[in-house]
Amino acid sequence: MSNLPAYKCDTVDIASQDPQAEQPWAELGLKSDEYQQIREILDRRPTSAELAMYSVMWSEHCSYKSSKVHLRQFGDKTTDEMKEKLLVGIGENAGVVDIGDGWAVTFKIESHNHPSYIEPHQGAATGIGGIVRDIMSMGARPLAVMDPLRFGALDHPDTARVLPGIVSGVGTYGNSLGLPNIGGEINFDSCYQGNPLVNALCVGSMRTEDIHLANATGVGNLIVLFGSKTGGDGIGGVSVLASETFDSTGPAKRPAVQVGDPFAEKVLIECCLDLYAADVVAGIQDLGGAGLSCATSELASNGDGGMQIHLDRVPLRDPSLSPEEILMSESQERMMAVVEPGKLEAFMEIAAKWDVEASVLGEVTDGENLEVFWGDDLLVQVPPRSVAHDGPVYQRPLERPAYLDDLQADGTAHLNRPRTGDDLARTVLDLIASPNMCDASWVTDQYDRYVRGNTAQAMPDDAGVVRVDEETGRGVALSTDCNPRFTKLDPYAGSQLALAEAYRNVAVAGAAPLAVSDCLNFGSPEDPGVMWQFSEAVTALADGCAVLGIPVTGGNVSFYNQTGDIAIHPTPVVAVLGVLDDVAKRNRSGWAHAQDAIYLLGETRDELDGSAWAEVAHSHLGGLPPTVDLAAEQTLASAILAATDQGLITSAHDLSDGGLAAGLAESVLRHGVGASVDLSPVASRDGVDAFVALLSESTARAIASISASDAEAFEAVLSDKGQAFARIGTTGGDHLKVEGQFTLAIEDLRSAHTGVIESAMSH
Amino acid sequence: MGTVVVDVMPKQEILDPQGQAVVGALRRLNLSQFTDVRQGKRFTLEVAGDVTDEVLAAAREAAETLLSNPVIEDVVSVRDADAAAAGQEDAS
Repeated sequence: MSNLPAYKCDTVDIASQDPQAEQPWAELGLKSDEYQQIREILDRRPTSAELAMYSVMWSEHCSYKSSKVHLRQFGDKTTDEMKEKLLVGIGENAGVVDIGDGWAVTFKIESHNHPSYIEPHQGAATGIGGIVRDIMSMGARPLAVMDPLRFGALDHPDTARVLPGIVSGVGTYGNSLGLPNIGGEINFDSCYQGNPLVNALCVGSMRTEDIHLANATGVGNLIVLFGSKTGGDGIGGVSVLASETFDSTGPAKRPAVQVGDPFAEKVLIECCLDLYAADVVAGIQDLGGAGLSCATSELASNGDGGMQIHLDRVPLRDPSLSPEEILMSESQERMMAVVEPGKLEAFMEIAAKWDVEASVLGEVTDGENLEVFWGDDLLVQVPPRSVAHDGPVYQRPLERPAYLDDLQADGTAHLNRPRTGDDLARTVLDLIASPNMCDASWVTDQYDRYVRGNTAQAMPDDAGVVRVDEETGRGVALSTDCNPRFTKLDPYAGSQLALAEAYRNVAVAGAAPLAVSDCLNFGSPEDPGVMWQFSEAVTALADGCAVLGIPVTGGNVSFYNQTGDIAIHPTPVVAVLGVLDDVAKRNRSGWAHAQDAIYLLGETRDELDGSAWAEVAHSHLGGLPPTVDLAAEQTLASAILAATDQGLITSAHDLSDGGLAAGLAESVLRHGVGASVDLSPVASRDGVDAFVALLSESTARAIASISASDAEAFEAVLSDKGQAFARIGTTGGDHLKVEGQFTLAIEDLRSAHTGVIESAMSH
Repeated sequence: MGTVVVDVMPKQEILDPQGQAVVGALRRLNLSQFTDVRQGKRFTLEVAGDVTDEVLAAAREAAETLLSNPVIEDVVSVRDADAAAAGQEDAS
């Protein structure tokens, strides 16, 4: 004890003897009734370390206190059939699904929105680091990352501050780790001006028998902290305690941001995989938000309950840290393992081989409490479930926002539509030059998309495809989607449209959709209108997944995404994962050959409300989003998968934002192969004009190109599946020609489509 | 002709991966007496005339708004390169 810094530790004894001491619970974000609840659980006032733990673990971010009652639906609506492929469901660090041949895949999407606004580069970088550790903690080798990003207006000065930093952070961390970035989204809308969204997804693989779980069982098993040293990173709000518990000469206010070290994480990945292979880990947990508080309480809560931890054994980067700060530090690149005493030596040898520092902090006990010591002082003595799982649960008031009726009544019917072929051509050029539709390679070129050599496709294709088994080619496809304009107009329909789009993207790539992870980004849960949007979104996704027969395996909720009182559009980003038995069979998304037949699959209705056209041509958002038809999505997926299986498809591309016009332009630009298209079969069958045929965003549609010699076989497959289709043209030439409307040279399309983001960033 | 020197360091409590890499390499070179390394950056700003208080104030503004990232870095000194080190340090 004598060699420990002499903090005036607030111990359990002191707390019992001095029950009336004033505590800064309000400054730590706790409500008065929450503080009372803690006092009741403990039957005394909490110590300052306990107060710090509860305040962070009961925060919205860690406890899901406002969302829990709604998220329950994901479990409740998962049928036994959907569970068949689900090896690990919601509640663990990440869900795990069976992809066949003894392979399991784990994937999860999370948000790192607020840190990325404060410090774009490091915030986004540590977002990647955090999600990768979640995947590692399931026993998997991380395979790839994806990052859906949303920013304010492209031409706003603050976008030029946050965008380059966020993109470089994602790139630096992921590239240094040697993980390919296989996709994501980049989306601009002024609703994100003061609150950009940085979501990050990681996918990893393992053999099914190698799954690891986060629980601390077995009395006497050791708790080992390994990885980087602990510093004062990300303590933020807890510094209010620091100023209370030690004198004013203590350290300056701690920063709320963390700086990561991808090379340390890379070593940690390899070290973990070595530890798993040697079978020396009984339980494993990554350290993320709330650091040791979260890791110890979750491990104990998931296990037998009892655990003793000695904070003075934590290796420190900054020796001035107080015990409370050590408990709360969010220093990056750390993991916690439960190790049987007989395996400790082997564990330590492996850690030493990788130059990873490892320290035994304590052990699993037969008690019921998590006990945390500083020297001989007992600072924390709490039932771990009360911290990690049994926090407050709120049934927040919901109210359909009053503005919605007017917004939904304000459709696009009154907006001027292009009347001539020339007008249409200009519209198409404006569309593909708009921030949300333009070429994103300025962003994606900063990411290594092919490192490790297993990437079958990445941006700009519809879905990222990565090989899992190098022998057989078995692999997975992933797509993340959300059109926040649709969710603003109708959160229920919009959320299902996000699900449908991700599902369609995966299927169009030739993969059978299998599972879902979601990152639900919303405004303040204390706003009944936002809470209503959230409730609608969760219900919609749970209902939609039940119809499609694919379970939600996990995800993340991010609330308080707003500037002042103005919430962002509801942004439930949906990631769908699908399986290919051989990634070589995937469908590419652009035209590579001349003289292929072009097919439009699905039916087109006059659905322009909330469309890219309404935004680009009229800056208009109103009306109702396109009709959701999940049965039609399933038919489309089964038709494409059947045709893919027979090797009939030379390319396929999902239609969503910007409709057929965007799909045609992107297919032309992919490899510089033009096309001649005749819309009359669509116009006469669906009763729409050329403008609607090109710019409507009706769902359950895709375009495919087929060698002329396979056209008959392809049509037979489509007819067999009951899939509506129209043969609309032929690939080839240097132009995109729409019969009777316009002819655009490929170079004109390309010059409109490219350079948009770089020129905005170069000011 | 004068020169202002601005030194910027990562905040004490923030991880410094470069410094960590250097300390690791020193150990491998058996220069193990160095227990920790932190790596910062130095800017030299040239002015046509003398380094007046006004120039130093402007340099400090530049240091705090452009040369450093206040979220993760501290400006540890802004000083006249020619002045004797002692007494002239504007440490804050």
